[in-house]
This record gives sequence, C-alpha cells and structure tokens, in this order.
Amino acid sequence: MTLIRPYGDTTGDGMVQLSFTLPLPHDRVAEGAALQLARRMGMEPAMLAHARPVGPAHTFCVVYGSVTHLVDTESVTVVARDHPLLAPAEVNAEIKRLLRRRLVVVGACIGTDAHTVGIDAILNIKGCAGEKGLEYYREIKVVNLGAQVAVDQLVDRARAEEADAVLVSQVVTQRDAHLINTRALAAAFEAAYPPGRRPALVVGGPRFDEAMAAELGVDRIFARGTTPGDVASYLVHRIATARGDIRASA
Amino acid sequence: MITLDQELARRARELAAHVGRPVVQLARSHTTTSVERALLRLAGLSGADADGVPWANHLVGQVVDQVGLEHGVALPVWDALCRHEAGDLHELAAKSAIGSVRFRLPDADAVAPVRRAAREAVTRGIARIDARRRERERMVAGIGDAPRKPWIYLIVATGDIHEDIPQAQAAARAGADVIAVIRSTGQSLLDYVPEGATREGFAGTYATQENFRLMRAALDETSRELGRYVRLTNYASGLCMPEIAVLAGLERLDMMLNDSMYGILFRDINPLRTFVDQRFSRQVHARAGIIINTGEDNYLTTSDAVAEAHTVTTSQLLNEYFAKEAGLADWQLGLGHAFEIDPAIPDSFRLELAHALLARTLFPDAPLKWMPPTRHMTGDVFHGYLLDGFFNLAGVLTGQSILLVGMMTEAVVTPWLSDRDLALRNVRYVLDATGSLGEDFRPVPGGFIASRAHRVLEEAVHLLERIDGNAAGLLGAIGDGTFGQMRRPPSGGRGGDGVAPRSELHYNPAEELLEPSRPAAHGHEEER
Repeated sequence: MTLIRPYGDTTGDGMVQLSFTLPLPHDRVAEGAALQLARRMGMEPAMLAHARPVGPAHTFCVVYGSVTHLVDTESVTVVARDHPLLAPAEVNAEIKRLLRRRLVVVGACIGTDAHTVGIDAILNIKGCAGEKGLEYYREIKVVNLGAQVAVDQLVDRARAEEADAVLVSQVVTQRDAHLINTRALAAAFEAAYPPGRRPALVVGGPRFDEAMAAELGVDRIFARGTTPGDVASYLVHRIATARGDIRASA
Repeated sequence: MITLDQELARRARELAAHVGRPVVQLARSHTTTSVERALLRLAGLSGADADGVPWANHLVGQVVDQVGLEHGVALPVWDALCRHEAGDLHELAAKSAIGSVRFRLPDADAVAPVRRAAREAVTRGIARIDARRRERERMVAGIGDAPRKPWIYLIVATGDIHEDIPQAQAAARAGADVIAVIRSTGQSLLDYVPEGATREGFAGTYATQENFRLMRAALDETSRELGRYVRLTNYASGLCMPEIAVLAGLERLDMMLNDSMYGILFRDINPLRTFVDQRFSRQVHARAGIIINTGEDNYLTTSDAVAEAHTVTTSQLLNEYFAKEAGLADWQLGLGHAFEIDPAIPDSFRLELAHALLARTLFPDAPLKWMPPTRHMTGDVFHGYLLDGFFNLAGVLTGQSILLVGMMTEAVVTPWLSDRDLALRNVRYVLDATGSLGEDFRPVPGGFIASRAHRVLEEAVHLLERIDGNAAGLLGAIGDGTFGQMRRPPSGGRGGDGVAPRSELHYNPAEELLEPSRPAAHGHEEER
C-alpha cells in the first residue's frame, strides 16, 4: 500500500492551489466564503492568497492550503494498455500477416462537431507528437471524411469501404454532445451490421473518460495525449483478438 | 517597419488578380439558392413556418422546382406578384408552401414591369442597409470610438442569447471593443437561417436575425453607458453566407467573418457554391460598411506555422483581390493571421514578428486581425498565459489592428468569467506597458526578421505562380490540397446541388444595385 499526498516543497505537506470565482461582490463575506469552501473541500489550513473583483457581482479567488486527503495508489484504477505498443513497421507486418490485405480505417468528426484537429492528428500523414499519422502506414488505407459528418453517412461509407475500423473524434462537449453523439454512433452501427460483424468503433477526444467505452457501446476510447501509434497498435491488437490470434496481443 | 521588395509585392498582387479573375467570372455566371434567398430577404421576406422552415426557403424551393434556379427567383416571384397571386412576399411564400402558386417566367413584353417591381422591392431593402450604416456612423461620431488600436476583440459563446447578452455587456465594460458571438458549430452546414431568439446551441449561439437585433440593442445601451461604440461581430460563412450578410446589414452588425475559401477547406462546402456566395456577401458587406475578417489563422491550426507561413500570405492576397473586386475598401479588410508557431522552436517569437510585420507592411491600410495561439495551448494554463502575453506583445510591436484576446484555458473549457478577466488583464498590462514600443522597434535591414519576411513573400509568389500554372487554376489548386493541406475537388463538397449556371434571362436586382464599378441604372444591360 502506498499512501500519498500532494507535494508542495516538503514530502507529505499536502499543498494544493485552487482558483475559482464566487458570485459575490468582493468584500469580507466573499473572502470568508472562499475560505469556508476551501475547508469543506479538505484544505486545512487554507490561505486566501488572492481575491479580486470581476465586475460588480463576482470575486475571483486563489487559495493555497494543505489537503487532509490521502490517496492509496493501489486503489487507483486506470485503463492499462493490454497490448504491446508497436512501431509502424511492426504494425504493417502484423496487418499483412493477419489480414493479407490493407486495413481499412474510416475516420470522421460526427454530429455538429467541426473540430477536426483530433482526427487529423491521428489520421493525417502529418501526425502529432512527432509520430506520423495512420496515412503514413503502408498497410492502412485511410478514408478521412472530415468534419460534421452525419452518422448515417458514416455508416454508409464504412460499409462501402468495407471498413475494419471506424475512428471518430469529438472535441465539443457542451451539453454532453460528445457522449450523445457516441451513443448514436454505436446504435447506428449495431443496427446496420449483423451481430458481431460491425467494424471496430474507436472514439477519441480530450474530454473523454477512457473507462466509458462499454457504457457508450464502443470498443475503445482514447483520451488526451493519444498518438497515432497508440491507435495503430490497438487496431492490430483488436484484429488479432477478433481472429483468435494471440500473437500480436501477447 | 520593414522595407519590402516593392517589385515582389507588385508581382504578388498581379498574380493574385490573375488567379482570382476566372473565379470571379464563375461567380458572375452562376447563382445559388442562398444568393436567391438573400435577395428575397433584402426585399423584405422574413419569418418561418410553424416548423421553423424560413419562408425564403419555401419560396426559393418552389420556384426552383417549377421554373429552375438558373433564371433567378426575381422574375418568377415578381411575375406572380404582378399577376396578383398574393398581396405580398409573405403571403406568396405561405401560398407556395402549400403548392397553390404556379410560377413561370413572364412573357417577353411583361419582363420590364416585373423587373421594375423586383428592383423597387430590393431598393427599399438596400435603403434600410444604407440607413443602418449611417446610423453606425452617427453613433461612432456621437458616442465616441474605441480609444486605441488594436481593438480588443472578445468572444462570447454560451449557446443561449439571453446568457450571451450579460456576458457581452460585462466583457465590454471590462474593456472589449469588439464582441463576437460565436455560432453553434453546426450552423455552417445548415441550408437555412434559423428564426427567432435561440437558447440552445453547441459551443455557440445560432446566428438569427432576432439574436442579431437583441445583441446589437444591448451593446448600443452599453456603448452609451461607456461612451464608446462597442462593435458586434458574427459569421457570414457556411451555406447561408449571403443571407447572413444581409441580416448583418439590416441589424447593423459591424464586422463579419467572411473568408473566400474557409468554407471550402474547413467545412467541405462545394467550391463553386462558396465563391458565388462569397462575392454576393462581400458586395453586401461593402455596402453595409461592415469590416470583414478573413480566416487565414485557420490554415495554421492544421499546417505547420513556419513551413506553411506563405499560404497565409497567399490567401491574404487572394482575399484582398476578391474583396476589392466586390467593392470593399482597404479599411474594411480585416485580413487574418495568427500566432501559431511551436513555442519549442528556437527564435519562434522572432519568426512570429517577421510574419506579423510582413502582413502589416504588405497591407498597410487594412485593419489586420491578429489571432492568438490555439494549437500549442496544451491545457497547461500557466504556460498558456505566458504565451498569450507574448502574443499580445507581438500584436503591439507590429501594429496589429484587431486583437482577438487569447484565453489561457484554450483547449480546456469554453472561457469562464475569470478566464476572460485574466485574459483582459494580460492585454491591458501589455498595452499599457509597451503601447508605443513599436516606435522604437526597427528590425535591422537584412537581419533575421526582415529576411524571414522577404522569404515568406517570395514563397507566396512561388505558390501563386504554381496556382497560376495549374491547368484548372485556383479550383484545381484547392483540389490538390494547396491550402491547409485539405484536398477539395471542385465537384465535391456540400451545397453543390444549390448552384446553377445563369441563363440568358437571369435577373438579380440586388446584384445590379450592389455592383460597385458600374452605374446601377445600366447594370442589367451588362448582366448578359
């Protein structure tokens, strides 16, 4: 068991900083309210380092303090990668061995989302974080439909292309748009394909929780910091397990 | 502040005009459903049926079904009115929606009175836009203008117009000179303009005539309170660009995002549709005294800001050509560019200064729009705040005209009240501390900054030469992925079915009245 606290400048000091705005004019009441909030959040003692009015009815506060909470790292659950991270050449070799043809990936931003930054970072040859995108992989055929694609359109194109995987990125999260759209995506593919035959559904975006894949009806969710290599490695793993071939998923 | 090779600059403009001219010819020889709907809105048709389908869509849809799009809607619509099928446009639209109007082209001897009737109706609409422009000029003179340049430009985006209003007013009180109400992300691909005050949007608020009116009225009130005219911005882009431009003119919006290629590249809208809609909407903006903002910053969100810097310059030159051709003056050209170079690159700030100075020097009289970093805002809000400070400094040093305020929470959340406050404090600090530093900033001739600016201009000229050499011209180059690394073939994209080549009979009185270079009275003779 490993118990930890935040670190300011001394092990175990538990120091955190917190900023927020209260809907109160800046006065002694607002400052007291800020401290009370901090204490209720487990900061004890809490120090109001800064407070200033934002317009006549709001106060911006910065609080420093020591939190009383402890975290047991053994109780932390994460979605661990259950497959090896492969280099592009290994990905190409595995696809060739498993499929004896190119892997077809259809990508899009669905619904009202016009932010193609995420899907482009994964698919465009340009890539991200120093890694080339999936277009760079010789054994992957990429069809990038771009922004604001209707789910039906995406299903049709996936069928026409005989897609092995469908990649969707969602940046806009206002009113849970990303969750609503992902559920609609899963439902549409389930309806359009015979049971168990639909392409792998992979969804990504900065505000997703990777543990929600099953709940949203997709195979995998990728959150902030995902690189093309992560996605390519996962796709290889997915085909291998789907075919009962465990070599790539070892 | 830097000296550009004048011969190279002249060559760049010449090439832009050469590349742009065939596209203008295409725009002049085609029409679109959205241009025709804009014409009806100018003639006074507003509102929607109980399901929210605008009457303009009903009427254009019916005329297209019965007569086709190629002649324009003016002749069939005013022919029907002259035949007393309905008392006015609203009634005609309502009747046509239930299929009880027969549209046709007027007989040859009836064309003249039909044209006259259409022209009169549209003239009244343009007079309303003229009145709004004069009203703006009176208010700026009477109330006072923004105290200094750059104008501070802030975005509001709640999705709910009734939330946007107090936020916009608070932003203005906190120092914003320009308020942009960002649109719901889905709107550019809607082939109709929603109606009424709206409270539901995704990452933005729908552009509607009523939302425009409500926000402008609120900012008029705040302008009087503050003693400076606060400008309002929205987006004339997407499938309804011409209609939105008309609504902006009618409701006295002051600036409009209006890029010649943005819809093609980033929204996958049909290229021809975009260029036709662009020209009409720019004619409206020219008349309405609206400053357009172009979208070059977007290229740098998908392409490398150093390697692709010249695509920004190229696009600015094309935007300038298309804008002037449509009648816009230099003071209305808010050409865009952005601070998007990877901060990890050595000398990234000097490169930013070089690019910003190039734009400033190449377009000395344009109110340049300077856009903050987004691509290298990682969620590390502390680093982001520093980066925004450098962005503000570059803006001051290089004399930018419209400064879009960067948020340290870019890529994390839509801006909070406190984010906006902190961002404005960042801007104010830089402006107050360094406001006139530009006077002392003289990059060494032939030094790093001056050479870099020269090189980008050279690369822009090479790119324009390549486009000029493309057998399919600018449309071909767009199809090849020249801009923003996006390949958009001329036949692809949305809204292509709403474009038609004009017939011999085509008549659009709005275009005739808005045509800048020719006396309007003779316009229709030359239309053929």
